[in-house]
Amino acid sequence: MPAAPFSWIQPHPHGIYVVPADAWVDPSRAVDTALVTHGHADHARGGHGTTFATPETLAIMELRYRTGAEDDAGDIPHKAMPVRYGETIRLKGGVDATYIPAGHVLGSAQILLEHAGERIVVTGDYKRRPDPTCPPFEVTPCDIFITEATFGLPVFTHPPIAGEMAKLTDRLAAHPDSCVLVGAYALGKAQRVIAELRAAGHTDPIYLHGAMEKMCRLYEEHGVDLGELRLVSDHTKDDMRGHIVVCPPSALNDRWSRRLPDPITAMASGWMRVRQRARQRNVELPLVISDHADWGELTDTIREVNPQETWITHGREEALLRWCQLHQRPARALALVGYEDEDD
Amino acid sequence: MEKFAALIDALVYTRSRNEKLRLIGEYLRATPDPDRGWALAALSDGLDFPAVKSSTIRTILKDRVDPVLWTLSRDFVGDTAETASLLWPQEQLAPEDAPSPPTVSETVALLDAMTRKSVLTELPALLDRLDVSGRYALLKLATGAMRIGISARLAKVAFADAFDVPVEDVEEYWHGLKPPYSELFAWAAKGADPPDMADIPLFKPFMLAHPLEDTVVSLEDYVAEWKWDGIRVQLVHAGEGENGETRLYSRGGDDISHTFPEMLPALDFPAILDGELLVQGAVQGGEAGGAASFNALQQRLGRKTVSKKMLAESPAFVRVYDVLSLDGDNLRDRPWTERRSILEELMARLPSERFDLSAIVEARDFEHLAQIREGARDDAIEGLMLKRRDSPYVPGRRTGLWYKWKRDPLLIDCVLMYAQRGSGKRSSFYSDYTFGCWDGDPDAGADLLPVGKAYSGFTDAELKKIDRHVRQNTVNRFGPVRETDKSLVFEVAFDSVHASKRHKSGLAMRFPRIHRIRWDKPVHEADRIDALRALVRD
Repeated sequence: MPAAPFSWIQPHPHGIYVVPADAWVDPSRAVDTALVTHGHADHARGGHGTTFATPETLAIMELRYRTGAEDDAGDIPHKAMPVRYGETIRLKGGVDATYIPAGHVLGSAQILLEHAGERIVVTGDYKRRPDPTCPPFEVTPCDIFITEATFGLPVFTHPPIAGEMAKLTDRLAAHPDSCVLVGAYALGKAQRVIAELRAAGHTDPIYLHGAMEKMCRLYEEHGVDLGELRLVSDHTKDDMRGHIVVCPPSALNDRWSRRLPDPITAMASGWMRVRQRARQRNVELPLVISDHADWGELTDTIREVNPQETWITHGREEALLRWCQLHQRPARALALVGYEDEDD
Repeated sequence: MEKFAALIDALVYTRSRNEKLRLIGEYLRATPDPDRGWALAALSDGLDFPAVKSSTIRTILKDRVDPVLWTLSRDFVGDTAETASLLWPQEQLAPEDAPSPPTVSETVALLDAMTRKSVLTELPALLDRLDVSGRYALLKLATGAMRIGISARLAKVAFADAFDVPVEDVEEYWHGLKPPYSELFAWAAKGADPPDMADIPLFKPFMLAHPLEDTVVSLEDYVAEWKWDGIRVQLVHAGEGENGETRLYSRGGDDISHTFPEMLPALDFPAILDGELLVQGAVQGGEAGGAASFNALQQRLGRKTVSKKMLAESPAFVRVYDVLSLDGDNLRDRPWTERRSILEELMARLPSERFDLSAIVEARDFEHLAQIREGARDDAIEGLMLKRRDSPYVPGRRTGLWYKWKRDPLLIDCVLMYAQRGSGKRSSFYSDYTFGCWDGDPDAGADLLPVGKAYSGFTDAELKKIDRHVRQNTVNRFGPVRETDKSLVFEVAFDSVHASKRHKSGLAMRFPRIHRIRWDKPVHEADRIDALRALVRD
């Protein structure tokens, strides 16, 4: 007797369960078999028995959990199973999983799951804008499209990054005795901002908060050229005048910043589109740079993928759900727990 | 409009006062007339366009955006104008086809011409010509609420700095002129004659006092008056007969005539009077006529219109202490003694239900005066003023002419409860403190109730120490606020305390500041609410 359509996939509060394979996509607690889309802590928890992820994501997970840099660190994945972009692996129960670039951060992947002639894509986090640190998102036709919605409100339009980079370098040029302190998420955003600065011809050394160093080195080992990087702790205030300093958002208003020369506080985040969000964080120079899809990208992608059904994992799902309804597209919100609005 | 929008954007994100002054100054110098005048009006007093309301913006948007998506967006962003600026469906056009953005003057003219009906088509047409920052600036300007942390005073200082003219002169001319202030710019920026202000009841900048601190003065040179706990006002009448007009100004030079309309007919000949505005009442027995507590006065502040009931229950009067000009003669250059005798004579021409004369406090010598000050328990008295007998009336705060000698503050021991990050230079420090008193016996399980907030009174070194204390003793975080483990006692100084429905403790302090940090004091020895309540005098 044939099973009901798509009964082999089940959304649960702590992840998406692939029944025949007894595997979970981005589970928020330790499981036997995990399929991980990318290395951000809310998607890549530690402590799984076996983790299938891209080699880059596995390297990121190993760095984070081995060094104990994350608060909620589990153990090192017992068994790391690398899957390259474009590669298909056969899981238990006749489920095929293919890892496809998601364009979010280094190593980020969408996972295409195929079983009994049915195709399901889990995007993880994604964006459609070019990013020098990772290959671009690929549109993959499927029956069920499981999408994020971090910036799922029509007020979110991420402007072209070149303009935001120009804001940053213009401000620096106007204040040669200060530094511009850029708060950027330590995995992905920081490296993208640095790589975009390099692409825009900014060859000066860039100073790093200590917490950023290892991840930047990892990016470089994976072929992303970040130019000359220096650690704030190795230098004096005067060394840093007229330079860019990158730190995690949590350090922006921290005591740590007192060692910097009259810092101008910038933050690279999609949330900076909303003035109050920037003001709340005492940001003087908001840079609207996001590694997530904006409203236009989210809705365009649903149109292009053109699935039978759209499932929404996390973010502002209400508005995206409403859009699907207005455009007569069947959709549901999964109400997954544990995915955070990271400082993106 | 692009440059104005860029200015608004920059001001939104700037915390430093000097940087704000620089930004506004730069804009005013670089922008042609009359755009800069309209911009200055928008930044200071605000412009009023009756056809454009927040509800108008909502109506217009809901025609273009799905109402559910609008509401979700508005709830997230928290500001109607900003949400609309972000959501406005912008047509993607080739640069040569893009509509040209309007100038500030054109924008003002178009907004001014809109009616309740035409606004529904004309405002969208205007929005179509602007980018996202432009739309935000337009909608903020149109609804008259910039709310970007710029006071009228700051805008005037920026103007004065930009063209290197005295801010006192700017204040003086300001109220006689209307946006876009062409004469003001002609004078300051292009060297034209100062604006002609003959028949306009203009504000003259106040003479201010320094704190006396450890200075000792001789009563031969100085005269003493009570310092009353009201609001400093200037009442000005200009013009004769039918053309006469009276205005009431606050300390900042804001026209508050509409708030105290009963004062306007009370002065009907050309004069400028300086005094303390108080509310009549039986609560505080003054030397001449009773004044109600500051709390009663507060009920009347900030109102655009005043009810008959309020006028009857809490009528205002001015306790006069100086006269700056009379019947067209400028008296500001005359010594205080001469102005005082003119003022004493003048009292006969003023209705006694609206004016009384600020009494001179007689004392044998400075020491005797100090005793009188100690003994003053009237709550409408903040302390003493000492004025040099031979001094002219000079704007601003000139050393050695006027001193204020405030009563010693009241003190109470409170426990630090919450701390919030400061702004600007202090943005990495927890510098704003909420403190509380016990609502009973702390050893019998009483709780702390917040009684006030303070962010001054400590040195930079002390700030660092408190900041460290807050970080190491945090038990909870709410956005920028940290709740501490309530282990530090502040001795808080304040001028007075009043009953207040706004606070859970039912009390509100005036001018609370940190007097001493009691690192040594156990928290259970901090004061109870009852001790604070006992100090209420209204």
